[in-house]
Amino acid sequence: MSTLEIKNLQVSVDTEDGAKEILKGVTLTIKDGETHAIMGPNGSGKSTTAYSIAGHPKYTITGGEVLLDGENLLEMSPDERARAGLFLAMQYPVEVPGVSMANFLRTAKTAIDGESPKLRTWVKDVNGALDRMKLDPAFSSRSVNEGFSGGEKKRAEIAQLDLLDPKFAILDEIDSGLDIDALKVVSDGINDYAARDGKGLLLITHYTRILRYVKPDVVHVFVDGRIAESGGPELADELEANGYERFLEAAV
Amino acid sequence: MTAEVLEGALEKIESHLHPEGSFDVDAHEVPTGREEIWRFTPLKRLRGIHADAPLAGTSFEASFDAPGNVRADRLADDSLKGVSGLVPWDRISARALAESRTSLAVTIPAEAVLERPVFVTIKGTGTDEATAAHLVIRAEKFSKATVVLRFEGSMTLADNVEIVVEDGAQLAVVSIDDWADDAVHVGHRHVRVGRDAHFKHVDITFGGDVVRHDTTADYAGPGGSVEMLGLYFADAGQHIEHRLFVDHTAPKTKSHVVYKGALQGEKAHTVWIGNVLIRKVAEGIETYEENRNLVLTDGCQADSVPNLEIETGEIEGAGHASATARFDDEQLFYLRSRGISEKEAQRLVVHGFFNDLIRQIGVPELEESLAATVEAELAKNVHAGVL
Repeated sequence: MSTLEIKNLQVSVDTEDGAKEILKGVTLTIKDGETHAIMGPNGSGKSTTAYSIAGHPKYTITGGEVLLDGENLLEMSPDERARAGLFLAMQYPVEVPGVSMANFLRTAKTAIDGESPKLRTWVKDVNGALDRMKLDPAFSSRSVNEGFSGGEKKRAEIAQLDLLDPKFAILDEIDSGLDIDALKVVSDGINDYAARDGKGLLLITHYTRILRYVKPDVVHVFVDGRIAESGGPELADELEANGYERFLEAAV
Repeated sequence: MTAEVLEGALEKIESHLHPEGSFDVDAHEVPTGREEIWRFTPLKRLRGIHADAPLAGTSFEASFDAPGNVRADRLADDSLKGVSGLVPWDRISARALAESRTSLAVTIPAEAVLERPVFVTIKGTGTDEATAAHLVIRAEKFSKATVVLRFEGSMTLADNVEIVVEDGAQLAVVSIDDWADDAVHVGHRHVRVGRDAHFKHVDITFGGDVVRHDTTADYAGPGGSVEMLGLYFADAGQHIEHRLFVDHTAPKTKSHVVYKGALQGEKAHTVWIGNVLIRKVAEGIETYEENRNLVLTDGCQADSVPNLEIETGEIEGAGHASATARFDDEQLFYLRSRGISEKEAQRLVVHGFFNDLIRQIGVPELEESLAATVEAELAKNVHAGVL
């Protein structure tokens, strides 16, 4: 049994006008085997939730806690959080010139497992993960994310999810900028991961489109740094039909 | 001394990029440190070679390893001094040239294609007496070769390396300053690139207390190209200075310059001056120069000054870029979000920063050891607990 508990999470960022509060107390619990979707308009705090849980230095936690199987992630460095079993697929994966994907993936796998992967099976594993994401094996020798198209970057994120096999994955707008074919490939990868034993998934998205391929158990609607409403998959259907207007009005 | 006809054919340029040179030592005043070309250099640490310290030292061992068809001659006269068109533009160069008793001439015969690099190694054995040296590398017509210059050990060295790349030849010179911590090296390299010839200069600087390289290039005919790659790594207290000048003296010529450096530790100082002059006659040329510095710790200083002077607008392209930065937080966060520790993430980023350049060197047997040296430089700081 694994659980990711977000309790009353409050987060601010430094701006030119001083600290700005973005998350005003977010609480939700994801058990393994569950897929939760966070939806909401721009600026509602969706991405902030993802990056502050993963430990991005830009965000200051002002209150609350995030527990992964009872351990407070907020007291850990970003790499310790990853080694504890957390994975964040980023909306804009970062380019690291001169570092090959192969080197990066092996270094990450070694860090997370505490030992280097077996050479014999590892290359096969990497090629398999790339192949499932319809990425050429030549991607291994390319620099991390450098010169990748938007879609290739997203597919490479899911290939990492596949290989690193974390307990919990947060996918931040993994669907943005994907055409329908790429969206299907990425969704297949997400579903393969979610079907493994003991995995939890937090899917952050602006659009309902991906939810036709990745079925959430719970949908949360974010408005102004808070969860405005939580519900089943039918909540996504309502958003698809009516948009965020009802929630925005309620917030005013 | 050789007076090349080229200079006479070109107009005089009123430019600080192009100081009037002279073989006469007395024509160069002892620098005070206030001069534009000396303002970054810690003169006090040069052990007097910029003033009047004797340059007759012999505390070094030289070795030479080359394929059989390469000629190496030691000439005990002045006949080769200035053969590349070099006219000393500062006092150290003039002194080193005047006081070099012999010239070592390495000649790659016409049309020869070397199957392995030529290695010239200077291993210093003491810093008490400064040494002057003069090396001439000539790649005759249509030859193809790589020459590796290795500098090791402890030494105070002032040298001039003159390089002539004859028409249609392809020459790479890889210079590696892997000195002990107490070495001082002020080197001047001038290359004259022939018609349709290609010259690649790779300048790698790791060790030494003060290392200053003036590297200059001009063209004897149209169609020549110059590629200059540099990689340096300055530790605490180290001064590494590169001053480049590409003088586009002929039409349809090219130059491409990329220098990358990392700095770590208190008072690590690097200087990069990239001067390019495009003369009136140099129509249709293409030039690009770039300097990138990665500042790994507090207390370092990186000076980076690109200069471009254009006397004709009829060119294919001219550009430059300079950037000095610390680690990119987004890169480190991305790597760390995959479980990679902060130190390991920094190591990967630096490795990547240099890796692009190392791959372009084109000497496989060097690439691996250079990558290892970069790792070793980084490890120094990891052990010192700085990173």
